[in-house]
Amino acid sequence: MFRFLLTRISLIVPTFIGVTLLSFSLIRLVPGDPIELLAGERGIDPVRHAALRAQLGLDKPLLEQYWLYIQNVIQGDLGHSIVTKVSVVDEFFTLFPATIELSIFAIFLALIIGLPVGILAAVKRGSVFDYSSMGISLVGYSMPIFWWALLLMLFFSVYLGWTPVSGRISVLFYVEPVTGFLLIDSLLSDETGAFQSALSHLILPAIALGTIPLAVIARMTRSSMLEVLAEDYIRTARAKGLAPWRVIIIHALRNALIPVITVIGLQVGVLFAGAILTETIFAWPGIGKWLIESVQRRDYPVLQGGVLLIATVVMLINLLVDLMYGLINPRIRR
Amino acid sequence: MKEALSISSQNPRSPLLEIWDAFRLNRGSYVALVVIIIIGLSALFAGSVAPHLPAEQYRDAFLVPPAWAEDGSLRFILGTDDIGRDILSRIIYGARVSLSTGAMVVFSSLLFGILLGLISAFNHGAIDIVIMRLMDIMLALPSLLMAIVIVAILGPSLVNAAMAVVIVQLPHFVRLTRAAAISELGKDYVIASKVAGAGTLRLMWITVLPNCMAPLIVQATLGFSSAILDLAALGFLGMGAQPPTPEWGTMLSSALQFIQRAWWVVTFPGLAILIVVLAFNLMGDGLRDALDPKLKSG
Repeated sequence: MFRFLLTRISLIVPTFIGVTLLSFSLIRLVPGDPIELLAGERGIDPVRHAALRAQLGLDKPLLEQYWLYIQNVIQGDLGHSIVTKVSVVDEFFTLFPATIELSIFAIFLALIIGLPVGILAAVKRGSVFDYSSMGISLVGYSMPIFWWALLLMLFFSVYLGWTPVSGRISVLFYVEPVTGFLLIDSLLSDETGAFQSALSHLILPAIALGTIPLAVIARMTRSSMLEVLAEDYIRTARAKGLAPWRVIIIHALRNALIPVITVIGLQVGVLFAGAILTETIFAWPGIGKWLIESVQRRDYPVLQGGVLLIATVVMLINLLVDLMYGLINPRIRR
Repeated sequence: MKEALSISSQNPRSPLLEIWDAFRLNRGSYVALVVIIIIGLSALFAGSVAPHLPAEQYRDAFLVPPAWAEDGSLRFILGTDDIGRDILSRIIYGARVSLSTGAMVVFSSLLFGILLGLISAFNHGAIDIVIMRLMDIMLALPSLLMAIVIVAILGPSLVNAAMAVVIVQLPHFVRLTRAAAISELGKDYVIASKVAGAGTLRLMWITVLPNCMAPLIVQATLGFSSAILDLAALGFLGMGAQPPTPEWGTMLSSALQFIQRAWWVVTFPGLAILIVVLAFNLMGDGLRDALDPKLKSG
């Protein structure tokens, strides 16, 4: 197990260095002079230009610049936003809980619907339920989620008026940030109705974001369940006279879940990509919206820092999934 | 004796026909292929199929609802947008933009992917490691974020968005080609070809590559649908095709402000994206089953 752990960890080091290179070169690859880009359309006088150049270290040789950049990264300094002047790391960690909350809720929805649907479709293979649920999940898998989010908004917020159109919580409430997760914080606060407000803001974005993972989980659960159900030990369990549900839930599902967990791990990247679109549409104050705004405002330090941080998070989660996989399935620990 | 002769003299079905027969069995994929052909033809002949020009503004018809709704007219079957352009015509011309860009994207990433994958498979050691590590780095970022980074560097336009999507898709093709080529390399026919004196280039392109094509064709079909999705998403975020280009994602983003008043402006371009993406995914599934019976699911 220890060897397995070490090889997995050592594999992400070169990838991390590569991502720092990408983030480092981002602003240097943009055609034109970075300082003039940062200054925007107003322009900048030559004295200040030279001062900024020295301050950002752009007057040094490229290799030395990269060395300085790496030193800063290791110390947790990713520069400051040009627009808000706040440190990029601070901004990231204030906004990150919003994205995490949305993603966890989305994955939760995907799991509580996707798993039972997948299991039932496999057990009732060839039935109307099997065909219709797999057909629907193929549609869900092909869904352009920015459009799906708009349709949900059009129907539930505009037409029915059930849920608010955008934001994380109604402006009527002030909730002291304790954990950063509004669902928990609003329960901790003594404001009545804050929790309902937070939940009603969360539900539509979570459905939009959870749709593709839901479709993937349902399809994956079905096919891996079908495979396991054909195994000899399942026939043995049935022959022993166990209750059908016990064979399915206790005997089959445990083995069928192994590939499903890998697929859930792979959905982390999909979730982040989806969060960019979902947050932009629902004005959800998370890192997806933050990054898009940084591109529109040409706030390059934010984009550079955000890319590095998100890539790091995705890599760490993938590593975690890999390790978990090793724990659940001893066959791959070599 | 006579019987045996008649069997051996029968022409074997050509492999292409066999694949076609297997593909036809899957009803969903067959329908998907028909849908793709119809959309492709209407994109090709958009000039004669579309009732109006995509950029023509009718000043007497702002935000007209679709024909079957109240106040709708048969003149604009799917209604008009905020500056009086016919939505159906824009969607038909949009198919031209999406399908041609998607095809270009898939073709380029397939080409470069095969090239890099084969180089990687035929060179053990440094070159292989460098290429594969590079691909890992590209896969470390969520695809849409990677595309956004590239567009942020190059500037927003349809061509740059297409380049970004090519780069995003590249790692999948490289990995697939490399894996398929490596598993072929150990087989007897490759060794025989090597012994017969075939050079590396011949081994790469003529001996090994044709036997790696099955998974690549499937991936290319699925890549087509994700290319169209990514391009539309970039257009929606204002980083792809710029208005007034009738690109589906771009159409959606400019419709955003009318979501409260005019549902049809938002609904139809997205429906077009969904139908095309769904059709390519279905076709990919069918192709996978037809090309590789081992992978057949269900």
